[in-house]
Amino acid sequence: MSSVLYDTPGPRAKVRNWIYSGIFVVLFALVMWWALSLMAEKGQLAADKWTPFVTDGQVWTTYLIPGLLETLKAGALSMVIALPLGAVLGIGRLSDHAWVRGPVGTWVEFFRAIPVLMLMLFSSALYAPQFMDVPSDTRPFWAVVTGLVLYNSAVIAEIVRAGVLSLPRGQTDAAKAIGMRKGQTMTYVLIPQAVTAMLPALVSQLVVILKDTALGGALLGFAELLSMNRQISANYSNTIATLFVIALIYIVVNFALTSLASQLEGRLRKSKKGTGAVLGAEEIDDPVPGANTAAGA
Amino acid sequence: MFDFLDSGQYDVLGAFWVTVQLTLYSAVGSLIWGTVLAGMRVSPVPLLRGFGTAYVNLVRNTPLTLLIIGCSLGLSQTLGINLGGETFKETGFRLAVLGLIAYTGTFVCEALRSGINTVPVGQAEAARALGLSFFQVLTLIVLPQAFRAVVAPLANVLIALTKNTTVAATIGVAEAALLMKEMMENEAQALFAVFAIFALGFVLLTLPTGLLLGWVAKRVAVKR
Repeated sequence: MSSVLYDTPGPRAKVRNWIYSGIFVVLFALVMWWALSLMAEKGQLAADKWTPFVTDGQVWTTYLIPGLLETLKAGALSMVIALPLGAVLGIGRLSDHAWVRGPVGTWVEFFRAIPVLMLMLFSSALYAPQFMDVPSDTRPFWAVVTGLVLYNSAVIAEIVRAGVLSLPRGQTDAAKAIGMRKGQTMTYVLIPQAVTAMLPALVSQLVVILKDTALGGALLGFAELLSMNRQISANYSNTIATLFVIALIYIVVNFALTSLASQLEGRLRKSKKGTGAVLGAEEIDDPVPGANTAAGA
Repeated sequence: MFDFLDSGQYDVLGAFWVTVQLTLYSAVGSLIWGTVLAGMRVSPVPLLRGFGTAYVNLVRNTPLTLLIIGCSLGLSQTLGINLGGETFKETGFRLAVLGLIAYTGTFVCEALRSGINTVPVGQAEAARALGLSFFQVLTLIVLPQAFRAVVAPLANVLIALTKNTTVAATIGVAEAALLMKEMMENEAQALFAVFAIFALGFVLLTLPTGLLLGWVAKRVAVKR
C-alpha cells in the first residue's frame, strides 16, 4: 500500500517498520503492565469486581438497561423535537426578508455559543416550583431534553442551511426559469435534496446528543446510563469495572450510529441520482459561530 | 436586578478565569496529543496506524463526562493518581485537563488528518525523490501546509473545547458552569439575570475566537 507520505515498503523499510512496531509494543506493554499492576494493587482486578456483569443479571436489569433506555429516550425525543425546529430555523436563516433572517440568525448563533450544560442547568432551574413546577421526578428528564433541543436545534439549523447551500446553483436557477416562487423552490426542489445531503450529518449529530445526555446524570440527577455507575459501584465497590462497562456500552451504540452515518455518506456519494452534494459527518462536527464564515459553511 | 453581584459572594470573573485556564492548558495539550495521534494514523507502521484508529474511534464515541468522571473516580479516588495535585482544587483541575486533552486530541487528530489529505501527492513524492525520510516529509513538507489548511476546523475544535470545559463542573472544578449552578440555586428570583451573565460570558469567549481564527484561516490558507 502506498500513500501520499510513503512508498510501498521495500525490504529495508519492512525491517524498520518491524523495529518500530517492536518498540511500540514494548512501550505499550509497559504502560499496560503499570496500569494493571496499579489496579491489582488496589484490588480492582479481583474477579468479584468484574463477574457481576456476566453472572449477575440484576446489574443489567436494574441499572444498566433502564439507564440505557433513559439515555436513548432523552436522545430520541430531543432529536425528534430538534429536527423540525432546526429545519424551520435553518430555512428562516435563508429567508429573503431581513426581519426574519436577523432575529433567527441571532437566536441560532446565541444558542450555539452557549454550552449545552448551561442550557440544561437553566431549564432545570426554570422548571422548579418558583416558575413552572414540573413534577420533581420528571424535572431532570425535561431539563435535559430542553437543553438538548435548544442547543441541537441551533446546530441542526446550521446543518440545514449548509445542506441547502451545498446544492448546485443551477437547481435554483432552473426552478426560477420554470416560474416557481421562492417558497415552491424551497419545498419542492431544495429541501428534499438537502435532506438527503444532510442525512449523514444528522445521524452523527445523534451521537453528540446521546453523549450529552450524560451531563444531565452528572449534575441534574437524571437517571441515565452514566449516572448508574454510582449505584452499581456502591453495591459492588467496583468503580473502574463499572465505568469500563458503561463506556463500552456507549462506544458500541455510538459506533453503530457513526458507521451508519459514514455508510449513508458513501452510498449517497456514489449514487448517480442525486446532485452529488453530501454533507459528511466531518463537515459539520459541532460547528461554532464565526468559524463557519471561513469554512464557507 | 443585578444587585446580587454586589454582595461580593460570587466571584464571576474568577470562575471565568478558571474556564479560560482550563481551555488554554487543554488546547495546548490536545494540539500536541492530536498531532502525535495524526502522525500515528498516517505513519507507514501498521501497528501505530491501528493504535491511532482504535484510540480515536473509542474515545470519540465515549461521552466527555464519562472520561472526566473516570479521571476523578477511577484515576484519582480509586488508584490514587493525583497528577501531582496537592489540594482538592488542584487535583480536580489537573484531572479535568487530562480528560479534556484525551477527548479533544481525537478531534484535533481528525482535523489534521483531513488537512494532510489536502497536500498534493506530488509534493510528498518530490520530497521523497530528494531522499527525505518519512519523518522529514511529514514535519518539513506536509504538516506545515496541513496546519495552514486546517486553521478553521481547529478553530471549531477550540470553541467546542471552550464550551466543553463546563463539563469539569461534574467533578467540582470551580469554573463558570459550577458557579452558575450555585447562583441559580441561591438567587432563584434572578434566574434570567444569572443566565444572561454567564451566557454573555461564553459569547464573549467564543465569538472573538471564531472571528479572529476565521480571519487567520483566510490569511494563511495555501492557495491552490
